[in-house]
Formats: sequence, structure tokens, C-alpha cells
Amino acid sequence: MDINSKDLALMRCIENGLPLVKRPYAEVGTKLGMTESEVIQRIERLQQEQLIKRFGVIVRHRELGYKANAMVVWDIPDDKVSEYGRCLGKFTHVTLCYQRPRRLPQWPYNLFTMIHGRDKEEVLANVESIANECGLAEVPRKVLFSGKRFKQRGARYALQPDSTNVRNAHWKTA
Amino acid sequence: MDMRKFNTTEQHLLNDFQHSFPLTTRPFALLGKKLGISEDEVIQLLADLKEEGAISRVGPVFKPNRVGVSTLAAMAIPESELDEVAQIVNEYPEVNHNYEREHHYNLWFVLTAPEQQHLQNVIRSIAHETGYEVMDLPMIEDYFIDLGFNIQWT
Repeated sequence: MDINSKDLALMRCIENGLPLVKRPYAEVGTKLGMTESEVIQRIERLQQEQLIKRFGVIVRHRELGYKANAMVVWDIPDDKVSEYGRCLGKFTHVTLCYQRPRRLPQWPYNLFTMIHGRDKEEVLANVESIANECGLAEVPRKVLFSGKRFKQRGARYALQPDSTNVRNAHWKTA
Repeated sequence: MDMRKFNTTEQHLLNDFQHSFPLTTRPFALLGKKLGISEDEVIQLLADLKEEGAISRVGPVFKPNRVGVSTLAAMAIPESELDEVAQIVNEYPEVNHNYEREHHYNLWFVLTAPEQQHLQNVIRSIAHETGYEVMDLPMIEDYFIDLGFNIQWT
């Protein structure tokens, strides 16, 4: 995938949101020395290339009352995992859906989802209904509610160029 | 934080534009047309919703970890040592998220690094420093389709 320094500058400029003005793309362009249409085309391309997964109003669902979440793990036959993964991954209260390796014998689960609700009961009800909808009611699963949060830091994409964070190293070649 | 009640316009503003946001010269005018309010009102409402914490932004969600490598790691730690081990894990700058979870494997964290060797070194180092095994669960496939988060207004 072809990301250049202009894309990076753009990503840094919009990662905290568009300016709330009548012509937001023009204002972003002014900051970066790009035209409005260049900004728009670059965002379109970043979306097509899936570097931007979604672009729009980003709600803070925790603040809107969805305070509970659980990591729900499933033990799905290997030849069915992508079919079921795709089913689970499209529900609105699912925010992650990954296949990961089993680690037998201690860890038999190969599909990982994050499922949200207003409280624990609603999370469990959502798990139940999503499992039923995908035909996974009989598949072994575990619901791991979170306890203490020891650390939470957003996976930032566009790090400052002077950041000492190790993840920055890859950007320097861009 | 308990949120106030939102009116119908606000509910639509929160739910209807979480993806496929218009990439046009006057995007907020387009939203206004769909909501039956003016461009200025859309801009003011979004600013207010941001101010009170209902939205974080109008903008992108980047696909995580397109650059570098990452993994989900889990450890089974005796309850009495959990806080101490969690602090050791937190010290590593490669750790993004670190949560207690209700399971025999009770400590779960995400690791990110520029390349695989670095990641494996960190895993070995954490195991060595804490004296407990680290279960390494790298992503094989992502099935999540991010269409936003539909708030149910009950």
C-alpha cells in the first residue's frame, strides 16, 4: 500500500476530527497546503485502501450508557470459523471479531469478539441473541467480563514525527 | 456519566452518519437537508454533542495495526499477585491495553511493536521478569465490519 508523507500529514491533521465549519475539507487543506479536492480525494483513497476503516460521526458509546463489555470467546470448528466470524462481525454491539490460534490444551477458543451492553445482563442477552442469530447456540463459549483496567491507551496511527514511541519507526521511511 | 435525553434530531445525528459521511464541499449542509435543519444548526449541534462528550469527533477510525505487528497476550496470575504483575506489564511501552478479566487467564493485554522479533522479545522479557507464562494469541483474521455503534433510544 502506498502511503506517502502527505497522507500521513493528512491523517495527523484529521485524527482528532474535522473542524466543525462549513467547508471542513477546505480548512484542512489550508493547513496542509492542499486544495479542498485533494483532501477529499486522499480521504476517499485512504478509505478504499482500508487504512481508514470508517469515516463519520464517532459516538462515545460508553458515555451514552453502554458501560458494560465482555470479551466473548468461541470454540468453532476450523473450517467454519470464517463463516461464523463474518456473521458475528456485523452486529452493531460487536466491536471486535478476530480469529486467533488455539493454545491446546489450556485454551481451546479460536474466535474472539467484544460485545457491549448497558449492563452485564444486557451484554449476556446480546451474547445470547447474537449466538442464536448466527447458529452458534450450541458452540462452546466463554464470557470474560472485564475487571480492573490497568492501562488503556488508544492505538494511535499518526504519531508525532518526533515521538520516541517504537511504533513510529515505520513512518520514517514514508 | 448519565446522559440527558436526546431529541429526535439529535438521535438521528448520532446514529445516521457514523459511516459514509459525505466527502463533499459542504458536508454539514447535506446532513442538514436529511435532518430538516440548517447547516449552521448541524454544526452547532455537533459542537454541543462533542462538548458534552456524546461524540468524540467527526472523522476517521483508522484500521489498527496496519503498520507494525501486534498480538493479544494472556497470563494466569494468582489473585494476590495480580496488581504487582499488572504494573510490571504496564511498564512496557509496547503495551496498549491491559485488563483484568474474570477467568483463570485473568490478565489480558495488547502488545504492538514495529516487527515480530521485537514483539517476541517483549513477550519473553515479560515472562522472565514476572515468572509466569505469557500466552501469545496473534490475530489470524479480522471479521469485524465497522458500521458504527447503533444506540438504542429506550
